[in-house]
Amino acid sequence: MNNKQKSFWAGVRTELPLLIGVAPFGMIYGVLALNAGLAPAPAQLMSSIVFAGSAQFIPAQLVRDAVPGLVIVLTIAIVNLRHMLYSASIAPYLQALPMRWKVLLSYLLTDEAYAVTILHYELEDKKQNGHWFFLGAGLTLWIGWQISTAAGILLGTTLPESWPLDFALPVTFIALIMPALKDRPAVAAALSAGGVALLAYSLPYKLGLVLAGLLGIVVGTFLEGRKPPREPR
Amino acid sequence: MNIWLVFLLGGLLTFGMRFSFVYLLGRFEVPEMMRKALRFVPPSVLTAIVIPELVVQSGRMDFSLTNFRLAAGMIAILVAWRTRNTLLTIVAGMLALVLLEFIF
Repeated sequence: MNNKQKSFWAGVRTELPLLIGVAPFGMIYGVLALNAGLAPAPAQLMSSIVFAGSAQFIPAQLVRDAVPGLVIVLTIAIVNLRHMLYSASIAPYLQALPMRWKVLLSYLLTDEAYAVTILHYELEDKKQNGHWFFLGAGLTLWIGWQISTAAGILLGTTLPESWPLDFALPVTFIALIMPALKDRPAVAAALSAGGVALLAYSLPYKLGLVLAGLLGIVVGTFLEGRKPPREPR
Repeated sequence: MNIWLVFLLGGLLTFGMRFSFVYLLGRFEVPEMMRKALRFVPPSVLTAIVIPELVVQSGRMDFSLTNFRLAAGMIAILVAWRTRNTLLTIVAGMLALVLLEFIF
């Protein structure tokens, strides 16, 4: 197996355990989309076209409430604003790749694929075939999301409502956060973002999330700037 | 508006945001300041997603012991911190919530 294949499968292996948390969430989406009055085909296709986890729940509800199409489109965009931060964060590592890679990997840039890939890139000496790792992680999540959406659509209302399946999302993210808390500025960034997200939770369209994310970045950057420069290793 | 058109536009916009900086930074050099700041995207954004999910229940902040999602989340955080194991964290968090709801 050459190094490209090794990186690809490492990405697959890193992403696989996350599917335990992602699959219940995909199933909930499938059920919810049907309940909102979407036919099975559009419900499934939203998973492949938009491919954006929580952002798909909102349009499903808006379709039910017969909200105008343009409003739905704008809502999807606002809820997905954080992806611009992910894009900026991962962009330096993709700079040298051909355009077809940039397009493909951007399409696969979800929360879960981003979180494991950026950690992989930040480890030194692993940058050479990082895009293969990204592809492995991204494709694994994509396939898992399509299958779990389909399962939700097929099982429909036979899923017992008392199962707290939606809790799979926050616990999955908890598993993703821990490795990102590498030093004090990172912990401070996380704590302040969490605090602001709470204070601003009532803002519509998850705008509180974007606001909190930006503030966390400012706090982390400021604290790191105050640190004395590290000794050269 | 046709539902397919809505999805297509929503998908295009989502892709556009994911592609935005990946495309732009192919043409410009990344400023040092921005490179430093972007290191804080994962801890900030991911925490901002999680915390309200644990604390806000039925539209209100709930820090009490009867907020089982907060309690189960704390257990998941503890497991994540001690083991650094993704699978274990997810399973422990889900199990904790199911057990808490079952017992109480």
